[in-house]
Amino acid sequence: MLNYTIRRLVLAVPTLLFISLIIFSLLKLAPGNPLGDLPLTIPPEVREKMREALGVNKPLLVQYLLWLKEFFVVEPLHLIDVIFGTHYSAGMQRIISWQTRSPVFDIIAQRIPQTLWVVGLAYVVGVLIALPIGILSAYKQYSVFDQTGTFAAMLGLAVPPFFSGVLMILIFSVYLNWFPAIYNTNLNVDSWHNFWLQIRQMVMPVLVLAIQTTSQISRYLRSSMLDNLSQDYVRTARAKGMSESRVVLIHVLRNSMIPVITVIALGVPSVFGGAIVTEQIFLVNGIGQLLITAIYANDLPMVQTITFIFAVLIVLFNLVADLLYGVLDPRIRYD
Amino acid sequence: MLDEGMVTGDALAGHAPDPRRKLVEVRGLKMYFPITSGLLRRKIGDVKAVDNVSFDIYEGETLGLVGESGCGKSTTGRALLRLYEVTDGVVKIDGQDVARADARTLRQMRTTMQMVFQDPQASLNPRMTVASIISEPLDEHTKLSKKEKLARIYELMDAVGLNRTFANRYPHEFSGGQRQRIGIARALALNPKFIVCDEPIAALDVSIQAQVVNLLEELQEKLGLTYLFISHDLSMVRHIADRVAVMYLGQLAELAPREALYAEPLHPYTEALLSAVPDPDPAVETRRARIILKGDVPSPANPPKGCNFCTRCPRVMAVCKDVEPAFREVRPQHFVACHLYDSDKTQDAGSAGA
Repeated sequence: MLNYTIRRLVLAVPTLLFISLIIFSLLKLAPGNPLGDLPLTIPPEVREKMREALGVNKPLLVQYLLWLKEFFVVEPLHLIDVIFGTHYSAGMQRIISWQTRSPVFDIIAQRIPQTLWVVGLAYVVGVLIALPIGILSAYKQYSVFDQTGTFAAMLGLAVPPFFSGVLMILIFSVYLNWFPAIYNTNLNVDSWHNFWLQIRQMVMPVLVLAIQTTSQISRYLRSSMLDNLSQDYVRTARAKGMSESRVVLIHVLRNSMIPVITVIALGVPSVFGGAIVTEQIFLVNGIGQLLITAIYANDLPMVQTITFIFAVLIVLFNLVADLLYGVLDPRIRYD
Repeated sequence: MLDEGMVTGDALAGHAPDPRRKLVEVRGLKMYFPITSGLLRRKIGDVKAVDNVSFDIYEGETLGLVGESGCGKSTTGRALLRLYEVTDGVVKIDGQDVARADARTLRQMRTTMQMVFQDPQASLNPRMTVASIISEPLDEHTKLSKKEKLARIYELMDAVGLNRTFANRYPHEFSGGQRQRIGIARALALNPKFIVCDEPIAALDVSIQAQVVNLLEELQEKLGLTYLFISHDLSMVRHIADRVAVMYLGQLAELAPREALYAEPLHPYTEALLSAVPDPDPAVETRRARIILKGDVPSPANPPKGCNFCTRCPRVMAVCKDVEPAFREVRPQHFVACHLYDSDKTQDAGSAGA
């Protein structure tokens, strides 16, 4: 298993380099000018100086290699400096956002807690709701519960968050006035009252996002459970005289979770990616919102860095999913 | 020799009172599976997988149950152990009615009755080690200490000829024959009296088949087990069974002691079935007259009127298409459901048979 992991990690390096090159090329090929929003009255020589300051006048290959150096050398060194109080990265150029002129990673560090709280919690809630639904709808296949669950899951997958989000705001904020329509990032959770406010403002975005996860995972679990319920070993377990709950929750569920857990693992990178639409609707200033504003502003270093982090996470969690498969299913052995 | 006037409450004992104790009594067992269709999944009919089957199994004997694919052999075996909810009928194992026991009683009764399944790969949970597969019933039904449990696991593995060092391996790491040994060890864990062997050798190589069958015989001798041995392999059944029941389209066609059945099959279906067994001697084999049945087995959802076999029977009569033959004892211990023997003087065993 260890050898396999190391081999996969080594193989991930060329994959990620290639991905970074593609992202870089696509961004450079895309139309757009970082100085496009500046007034036309700025004289050409000043404009040229600004271009030089942003580093856009250098050859493309140099720009790409510089970004690689910043991402893989300078930023890790800076992280070490911050943690251990050393000065390895002193004087080195970090990745700078063109919008704010501050380091990209500092901005990401500011934004990640909101995203993890809202999107991460939504993912956990979604999975937790999905498990009992999936188990019960498979166990009572074609029952009223199963039919309702199927219909609800279909609806949850079909209705996009920009519709369900707005609908929830309309119902629960405007008409019923139960929850605030806007997520207040400045809220400092220092008292029970503020904690309560925090919970209330998280309810709607978490629910909107959880609907999607629940719909997907409950479907996966249902079909996986159905596969296993008809297996011979389930009959064996019943013949052994096991209680029905033990048959379903130990024998069937454990085997059914194998494919589902990999699906769950593969979904984790999207948590870090934030939820562009939902964050925008509820004004949660997380990573998704950061990415979309950076795209609008032609902030190439920011877009490049965030997109590449997604790529790293996706490659990483693919590996995690594969390893989990090996851990959960004794029939699968690596090496 | 027999006193026919002595027919008591148990009609079956009337003819040939057997000194042995009946461990399993099956009366009028019916197992119907509903056919549903349409938007609302309305029930439009039944697949009569097992239709009014009655027989007994004596303690310590092996009853072979043969028949072609889809005739309801396995369904009978599973219904006996209530792995299906039976539609109708009585199944008494060791005096207790299995067919109508409530969930809790049933779970306790599972210690006396066990099953060895056909597919040794699929019937073992792929995520459990051999030790946990064997010990799970012990956890559920006994209060053994960890040490005693381990001792019992090793004892069972020894009994079925598995190396003790394999205890922590998973089923997929074994060969087919070894897996079936795990299945047998698992079935034996709780000291059952009655074991249904549902085609335990069908998925195995011929050389391994003999090993497993010999193992089953050895265990029977040692532990005094009673088997219902379901198979489509007539020669294997001849080898292991004391009595043989022949099934066709959800019903018993014939039931007789092994020698009587193989020497003189009474039912035309049994005759045809036995004529299909090849002979190892090529000289005999070329001269052998096979009875080739014409047509296909009718659908169990819509069995023919009268005798189930009337559509393919080479000796069909007018009465066969109209009246369902009773399953009767026409010779001592030899039961058959066929109109050919209506004239044979014997007492009607009624709806039951043994």
